[in-house]
Amino acid sequence: MRRREAVRSPVASPDVRRTVEAVWRIESARLIAGIARVVRDVGLAEDLAQEALVAALEQWPESGVPDNPGAWLMATAKHRGIDRLRRAEVHQRKTEELGRDAQLRSPADDDLAAVADDPFDDDLLRLIFTACHPVLATDARVALTLRLLCGLTTKEIARAYLASESAVAQRIVRAKRTLSAARVPFAVPGRGELRERLASVLEVVYLIFNEGYYPTAGERLTRPELLEEALRLGRILAELLPREAEVHGLVALMELQASRTRARIGSMGEQVLLLDQDRSHWDWLLVGRGLRALERAYATGGPIGPYTLQAGIAACHARARAPEDTDWERIVALYDGLAQLVRSPVVELNRAVAVGMAFGPRTALTIVDRLSEEPTLDSYHLLPSVRGDLLEKLGRLDEARAEFERAALMTANSRHRTALLGRAAVCESE
Amino acid sequence: MRVMVLIKATEQSEAGEMPSQELLEQMTAFNEELVNAGVMLAGEGLQPSSRGARVEFSGSERKVIDGPFTETKELLAGYWLWQVKSMDEALEWAKRIPNPTGEHGVVEIRPVFEADDFGDELTPELREREAHLRAQTGGSA
Repeated sequence: MRRREAVRSPVASPDVRRTVEAVWRIESARLIAGIARVVRDVGLAEDLAQEALVAALEQWPESGVPDNPGAWLMATAKHRGIDRLRRAEVHQRKTEELGRDAQLRSPADDDLAAVADDPFDDDLLRLIFTACHPVLATDARVALTLRLLCGLTTKEIARAYLASESAVAQRIVRAKRTLSAARVPFAVPGRGELRERLASVLEVVYLIFNEGYYPTAGERLTRPELLEEALRLGRILAELLPREAEVHGLVALMELQASRTRARIGSMGEQVLLLDQDRSHWDWLLVGRGLRALERAYATGGPIGPYTLQAGIAACHARARAPEDTDWERIVALYDGLAQLVRSPVVELNRAVAVGMAFGPRTALTIVDRLSEEPTLDSYHLLPSVRGDLLEKLGRLDEARAEFERAALMTANSRHRTALLGRAAVCESE
Repeated sequence: MRVMVLIKATEQSEAGEMPSQELLEQMTAFNEELVNAGVMLAGEGLQPSSRGARVEFSGSERKVIDGPFTETKELLAGYWLWQVKSMDEALEWAKRIPNPTGEHGVVEIRPVFEADDFGDELTPELREREAHLRAQTGGSA
């Protein structure tokens, strides 16, 4: 099976190879989407697109890069597809002659030849909904999205998730098989199920973003490559589905969170909490984009969901020029709204933090203590971390230290562990 | 990474000639393509240098020079700010900028400095003042 790793083949000169990679980056999603509309199988569509890519690497060093490289790739993929289907038909005839029951799908050649050189955006939307189909497990949806929509190689995905290349490759192969087996149509869901299916898409985008923003493991505090992919996906979705409030809400949330990426990391590589951040390190271009996206979410007039509410909270922070200017009561109100939509102990924990800031640590501690019995938070390091913070503010330092130390044992991120042990040490010395 | 794409002026842009409807249509389509691809962060067109002015610095002296300026090829007619994966991606997008009239034109692509690239030159006090200014301007580019 030929894969994009073939880009590394020695056939192409470095310059041509880099051009091909850049063209792939720009064109691959639309290319795969355009082919998938006709062959009705994203796995096959991707194989054909990959074959076109290999052909480009073989031919462009000789022929030069074509004027319209996207159209060239599409035409090549179409020809490969027609060849394949003809072979399949011959194979099918032979099989039938042998009296076996072969069920090979073979859309007419004409259909494939009719793939538009400039595929409709609807195809891209179909591809997104297919890659994020609920029939797939979450990690499969994430891998498939990065692969089909962001044009990342298996190697790049593996590196971003600290997984082995073979594990990621397996995951993608299995995901494609699942889609075929479940006969998932290559289609945008109808009005009735659009919202529900969209939630699955937004979840995938936000998972990618979060793995970039709060890596679950490893040495680094952020994975910028995943942040940027998630932002790009979100921005693309916002133009594809401009009337969906939650799409803009998610974009706003990601832009606002990403605006703090630089300020979250101190000079020693340690994590800096929101209220301790140097706000001049915030990316004000992203802040502005985030606030505009939030306005767009409200302007749709559509139903506001969890992403828009969270973006609203992030916007409260973005609008405060100094931490003491933060409108905590508004944040608590937004969390109240969020808690009604999402019954999640994690949201409740965040609400407790806001309550602590708006109404004092004692009120907040009552909420957090209630959460301590929540089994789903058993291994969630932020629970003892928040509890430690509230206890510290109440002057109960011994208890606070114990909580920070407990939190440090729970996190898999070494940077977070260092930060938590630092706070424990402060409690001991006071 | 972010890149700034600097569109160099031409005799036509400096003469204040408005772009043809054909160019406008193609540019609008191209800009839409950039937005749809999640690449465009910001961008503007600039009026000819005859409407602009320069301030020259020399010691404590400040000299104001009104446009127009003569070295057309060095002047700017507009800019974009793009989010891309690599310089190669930026180059690939730049090759697609429409040019229906076939005139000679130049765009220059430069990676944007991140604030961290300045290191310690930007003191905490300066950073704070910068933050205030940026907050006042609403964070627009």
